[in-house]
Amino acid sequence: MNGAGKLKSSSSELDLDRPNIEDYLPSGSSVQPERSGKLRLCDLLDISPSLSEAAGAIVDDSFTRCFKSNPPEPWNWNIYLFPLWCCGVIIRYFILFPIRVLGLTLGWIIFLSSFIPVHLLLKGNDDLRKKIERCLVEMMCSFFVASWTGVVKYHGPRPSMRPKQVFVANHTSMIDFIILEQMTAFAVIMQKHPGWVGLLQSTILESVGCIWFNRTEAKDREIVARKLREHVQGADNNPLLIFPEGTCVNNHYTVMFKKGAFELGCTVCPVAIKYNKIFVDAFWNSRKQSFTTHLLQLMTSWAVVCDVWYLEPQNLKPGETPIEFAERVRGIISHRAGLKKVPWDGYLKYSRPSPKHREGKQQNFTESVLRRFEEK
Amino acid sequence: MWPQPLNSTVQQMGTASSMLTQYDIEEVQEHCNNLFSQQEIVSLYERFCQLDRNAKGFISADEFLSVPEFAMNPLSQRLLKMLDGLNFKDFVAFLSAFSAKTSIHQKIELIFKVYDSDHNGKVSFKDMLEVLKDLSGSFMSDEQREEVLSQVLRDAGYSKDSYLTLDDFIKVLGQSDLKMDVEVPVD
Repeated sequence: MNGAGKLKSSSSELDLDRPNIEDYLPSGSSVQPERSGKLRLCDLLDISPSLSEAAGAIVDDSFTRCFKSNPPEPWNWNIYLFPLWCCGVIIRYFILFPIRVLGLTLGWIIFLSSFIPVHLLLKGNDDLRKKIERCLVEMMCSFFVASWTGVVKYHGPRPSMRPKQVFVANHTSMIDFIILEQMTAFAVIMQKHPGWVGLLQSTILESVGCIWFNRTEAKDREIVARKLREHVQGADNNPLLIFPEGTCVNNHYTVMFKKGAFELGCTVCPVAIKYNKIFVDAFWNSRKQSFTTHLLQLMTSWAVVCDVWYLEPQNLKPGETPIEFAERVRGIISHRAGLKKVPWDGYLKYSRPSPKHREGKQQNFTESVLRRFEEK
Repeated sequence: MWPQPLNSTVQQMGTASSMLTQYDIEEVQEHCNNLFSQQEIVSLYERFCQLDRNAKGFISADEFLSVPEFAMNPLSQRLLKMLDGLNFKDFVAFLSAFSAKTSIHQKIELIFKVYDSDHNGKVSFKDMLEVLKDLSGSFMSDEQREEVLSQVLRDAGYSKDSYLTLDDFIKVLGQSDLKMDVEVPVD
């Protein structure tokens, strides 16, 4: 499920429009003291700043930290608590879990038995069909939320349906979508998934106007960009939801927001989602587990506790570029949800950083060397 | 080689500290001349397991490059020749050069190793030129690099044809205020 990086038509222009990474990196190791005086051999041979930076990145780096699952704190460490914990396990796995599976199955039966007839029979009456389908999808999402006893607190006014607005939220797991969807039937931009999730995408979610794409297909980006523009212009379309990070982050950090959602010329309504890790970590580490495993993990926990804030709508300020706008909105969301901002593009999970970043360092080095070389 | 099962169990347990015994830690400490405290070793082990995604017991070049801050470094390709396939003990040994307790002598030795790509114990004009090329990329022409390097070498009393040994490096770099400390985060 995904954000909005697909507005770019070619990958070559990707590098030009990013926030400057150097602005965020911790000062200290990365900032070289400006040396002056004539260039000596020891200055040229001294590669310690680059080496320190490399070693620093090996020891600890902010990118990897964004995608680290947090293991649960064990609390079953003494003789009184251990039996309690065991009781908990039994209740969670053998009582709660079957009840939840039952509830979810019931939900599916109700949903499918009304969705399919509505979808097929009301072909002529589009407005009514859309309205009913929207309600049904919201209902199904409520069943999902109930299946992990979601305790969700919504703050702020509920989203309204009007043209020329997009909702952007930080992204932790596919369940973000379910949690937001149970309140309002959003049309979401998402990554095409394989398996049963993909099947749902192409059948049911299509009806609420969801748009999906393949992260790696450049061609998909153009199509999505076009669909996006069409969608926001339509008056009675479902409100559009975009996860501009483009990937799941562990709810401690926010990675770079792709600018796509911010250059549509629409009002941007930020949504901040913060999970409470008291019972279960809601971060979906898609490298380590499938979505099914992730769901099972949630369904065998006591509850999923989270806060959702609908924040004040923002508009592009005069003289502001879409990237600056994206950064500003990211600031608002990060502040509200208490997340740290890091400069990385979440897509670096799937690709290597562009040579542009390295070139910046090389340029600085060259300038300093040549300047000092010319000094006499 | 670090024993294989250790890593896989650690992945399951989620915490690395529980898996390193006192003996393991002491063995690693000895290997890096006691430059790291026990806590630092435990921290580094967690990091090692994190980077070693498939729990193979070593970190491949590709896994090092998955850290964008490392991949962006101008010297990353050169360093990978030293880093590729490191097991935990050698991983710690490599990083020990960056400890604040390490002598300046040992730090210079690491720098020398980075320059001396063919491990023959001496650094030629070409070796230095190559490192300079990594650092300056396309912003300096080959001629400029040669000019700068030969001029600077001449000023320091060497010629274009001389080979620099480790002792030369110590002599040259010893006079600069070399700063190469990296702190291991301990929580």
